[in-house]
Amino acid sequence: MSDVRELDATELARRIASGETSAAEALRSALAAIDTQDGALHAFLRVDREAALERARALDAAQRRGEPLGALHGVPVALKSNMCIADRETNCASRILAGYRPPYTATFVQRLLDAGAIPLGHTNMDEFAMGSSSENSAFGPTRNPWDLARTPGGSSSGSAVAVASGMCPLALGSDTGGSVRQPAALCGVAGFKPTYGRVSRYGLIAFGSSLDQVSPFARSVRDLELATSVISGADPRDSTCVDAPPLAPEEPREGLAGLRVGIPAEALGAGLERGVRRAFDAACAELAALGADCVPVSLAHLEAAIPTYYVVATAEASSNLARYEGVRYGARVPGDGTLQGMFAATRAAGFGAEVKRRILLGTYVLSAGYYEAWYGRALKVRRLIADDFETAFESVDLIATPTSPCVAFALGERVDDPLAMYQSDVLTVPASLAGLPAVSVPCGFAAQGSQSNDGNDGGNGGLPVGLQLVGPTLADARVLAVARAFEEAGGHRRLPPVRARSEGAVT
Amino acid sequence: MSAWVPVIGLEVHVQLATDTKLFCGCLSRFGAEPNTLTCPVCTGQPGALPVLNERALELAVRAALALGCAVADWSKFDRKNYFYCDLPKGYQISQYDRPLCTGGTGGGIRLSSGRLVRLNRIHMEEDAGKAIHDRGPRTLVDLNRAGVPLIEAVSEADLASAAQAYEYLTALKEVLEYAGVSDCDMEKGSLRCDVNVSVHPEGEGWRTKVEVKNLNSFRNVEAAIEYEIRRQVAAYEGGDPARYPVQETRLFDAQAGVTRSMRGKEDESDYRYFPEPDLPPFHVDAAFRARQAALLPEMPKAKRRRYQEELGLSEYDAGVLTAARDVASFFEAVAARTGRAKEAANWVSNSILAGLSDAAVEAATIADLPFGPEALAEVLELVERGTITKTAGRQVVAHMLAAGGEPAAIVAELGLEQVQDSGRIEEWCRAALAGKDRIALDVKAGNLKALGAAIGSVMKLSGGSADPEVVRETLLRIIREEL
Amino acid sequence: MSHPASRPAREPDVELVRRTAALARLSIDDAEARELGREFASILEHFRALQSLDAGDARPMTSPTERADVVRPDEPRESLPRERLLAGAPEPCDGFYAVPKTVEKDA
Repeated sequence: MSDVRELDATELARRIASGETSAAEALRSALAAIDTQDGALHAFLRVDREAALERARALDAAQRRGEPLGALHGVPVALKSNMCIADRETNCASRILAGYRPPYTATFVQRLLDAGAIPLGHTNMDEFAMGSSSENSAFGPTRNPWDLARTPGGSSSGSAVAVASGMCPLALGSDTGGSVRQPAALCGVAGFKPTYGRVSRYGLIAFGSSLDQVSPFARSVRDLELATSVISGADPRDSTCVDAPPLAPEEPREGLAGLRVGIPAEALGAGLERGVRRAFDAACAELAALGADCVPVSLAHLEAAIPTYYVVATAEASSNLARYEGVRYGARVPGDGTLQGMFAATRAAGFGAEVKRRILLGTYVLSAGYYEAWYGRALKVRRLIADDFETAFESVDLIATPTSPCVAFALGERVDDPLAMYQSDVLTVPASLAGLPAVSVPCGFAAQGSQSNDGNDGGNGGLPVGLQLVGPTLADARVLAVARAFEEAGGHRRLPPVRARSEGAVT
Repeated sequence: MSAWVPVIGLEVHVQLATDTKLFCGCLSRFGAEPNTLTCPVCTGQPGALPVLNERALELAVRAALALGCAVADWSKFDRKNYFYCDLPKGYQISQYDRPLCTGGTGGGIRLSSGRLVRLNRIHMEEDAGKAIHDRGPRTLVDLNRAGVPLIEAVSEADLASAAQAYEYLTALKEVLEYAGVSDCDMEKGSLRCDVNVSVHPEGEGWRTKVEVKNLNSFRNVEAAIEYEIRRQVAAYEGGDPARYPVQETRLFDAQAGVTRSMRGKEDESDYRYFPEPDLPPFHVDAAFRARQAALLPEMPKAKRRRYQEELGLSEYDAGVLTAARDVASFFEAVAARTGRAKEAANWVSNSILAGLSDAAVEAATIADLPFGPEALAEVLELVERGTITKTAGRQVVAHMLAAGGEPAAIVAELGLEQVQDSGRIEEWCRAALAGKDRIALDVKAGNLKALGAAIGSVMKLSGGSADPEVVRETLLRIIREEL
Repeated sequence: MSHPASRPAREPDVELVRRTAALARLSIDDAEARELGREFASILEHFRALQSLDAGDARPMTSPTERADVVRPDEPRESLPRERLLAGAPEPCDGFYAVPKTVEKDA
């Protein structure tokens, strides 16, 4: 019996294809892992048990009939709750969409299905993808399997945890400002945000239209390559989707000789926890040991990245979320009985505090008299940030930074301080603004807090740290190939010590 | 009392004649069952995305060119954000600061007086759905119309009277219909118009302008403007600044013939326009423009001039024949085949157009006719050759209008071949004159009208097939020699 | 047409928060308005970095997409059956979406 906790998707798919195990067996493993752990972790908002079992049986039967197998045949996959599956509740962890069943399936989900994957259900997230900890979910937070008192990061919290805790080898999240990379780093798994437009957004419920990308989580980089090659590629239903065939992974590399890696000084500032810094430095040394040439570069406008991101993202979100007003779907609250009153009451009741905060901020930065100073300006600074990367890539092939300035923080620690929460994204938003491909791979462990400097970088109390690699536009295959070489040489993969029981005891 | 100068501008929304909506593949069609022409995109389902209809872009460019306006090299869409029950996404995808077409290039409509009404801009946008307020206690929303492609043509405030506005709209409709851009049917909502009206004393600066909406016919536009001018002048002449016109939106009440303030409307005009991130910019290069220009037919004004100058038609006839593009095409085809434009004009006006407005005839427009211009041309040829009389010719056309068919076959079937056989004609003449001594007396006295009546009787007796010349001669001979 | 001239930059006050909330159709009570006013002030203060940067005449970047001229042919694609869409509506009525009676906005 194969234990999905141990296998990555590539290996699992191979064993299913060869007959060593079956889709049904793999699924049962996944469901068992969910049963024992999700009570405590709360990665899933809904598990589609029966549908998955039926699908697994059908896939096994098709295989017995000798039908050709898709690249993910029999692989269980978790999907973030902002990904439309026809007739399955897709609520973005928000009350305003409680009970909403889309009348259509997202393009990228259909591609997973066409490849033979088994959707397990929808995972928890920060409401409408706004957050970095899952604490903005309307349905309770998700916990980090490395330490149940800590957040797994966000907004794709549940998808990260599903993979990190071994419930399934593959999960999809969405990354707008770091919402897959950051939780990947905090949970010790790999996460990849493709070049903007590489994967169709049709069916991904929008937060920041010029930033959102469907992004996979996995326990191995080769799985990220596999998942991306399945979901990426041209889609006539998305005008911003790159008109190119699906990603073709590069041949695995033997070492990184000749690779120039840039390390921006601006990314190594005061906000970085010491443990994270140490792990990052060690990772750079590993890259060098593999033959890469690590050199300093400058991304001059990095300090403006957070304000730029939050102005652009909230502006787009304020418009994208205007459709939630109680007319055609979702919740409705009558309010004072007038039409506009119904809109205001429905939205006030249906949206959580952070979503409201961002809608208001976004409305403000677009409003008459403030547009030029805020949104107009942010678009210009965005160009400067993108130009910084372009300039840097004239002298280096990839840029390396830590993924997150800190390791997993405690639940409740930042929830009352939006600005502190926003700072979690400081290292991930630049690649989002510029639309560049960026991966986070586990690169070691650290104790929490810049205060503690005990040099603990791998002991039992350590929390995961992620290395981020950013590439030029459309260099997705190269970014992944380098990450894979790093991962396979470095041996940083580890499963978390799972202490939860299904009764939900929290230690 | 100084003269008051009205200043009027029109904003016209026109639905483009595409098969599908602007950003999705739902049919763009009037009159379907509510909410049967919708999809995730046009109902604003979470996660759905827009994709631009290429034919809508072509027609929009064609419209701009037909109106003599310059088209921007590149253009983009913007989101216009506001909340209403017929606006599924909570924003309308429109164009703000880089519209398809900006003015200042001499384009527009030239009125018969010579006044040029310039166009300020033409942009593309999607239509909203329909909110129905008069069916029961709730407002009912139908999204069939949501996403239909529109162009909005905004004129400069170059109009100075209601009559000019009427003329402008008529001309605009004609141009756009000729260009194949839209059927411009206000009754079906494919053309809608809002007006902006202000007045000021001659020699002074412009004053507050008032917007009037909910105008559903050209006549209503005219009436609303006339009322509004009177209302504003009266308010100013009343002398009380508290009652002067304020900048607002008013609705036209066609029954009462007045405009009314929209009660309870919070005039929220902060639409927070920003560039639509889901749609990349698009270019309209010279080659594209040339292709669209090549698809433009001869425009109505030029056509009317040509009909008068080259074909010798009267202004009136030219007007009748160019009122719709397909009528003009029909006429031109007949005229080309027979080589006799005036004759073709008469037949098209008197037989075809008159026939179309006959309730008994099923076809309502030229497009519905069960026959083409070649058939009419053939009838004219038969008459010209003398095979049938003109009267018989009209009969043949009437038959074709009712039931289609081929002229030659109809002539044979109805036995309409002109009869010149003197024997038969003589019989008919004698029959027509039998017992009608009065006629003979009148004719001999010089009353030719009586002769005409007698000829008419013979034509009737012969089923229109008697050669009228021979009839005339025969009647005269009989009367002279025998009566 | 271009965006209205900038108002002088100032900290958002409770009134501004209320107006913004009205624009965004979010009803908020006094306590929320005050709280949000404080948060806004703090957030926007932190975002001053955006104001002090010299952006020069950098070309605004709406999106990283390099695509342009994306169009689709004018060909029909099947609409969804009405039932499918109305099934999830808060108040379906005779094939329509029903909402509270409203003042007529436009024709």
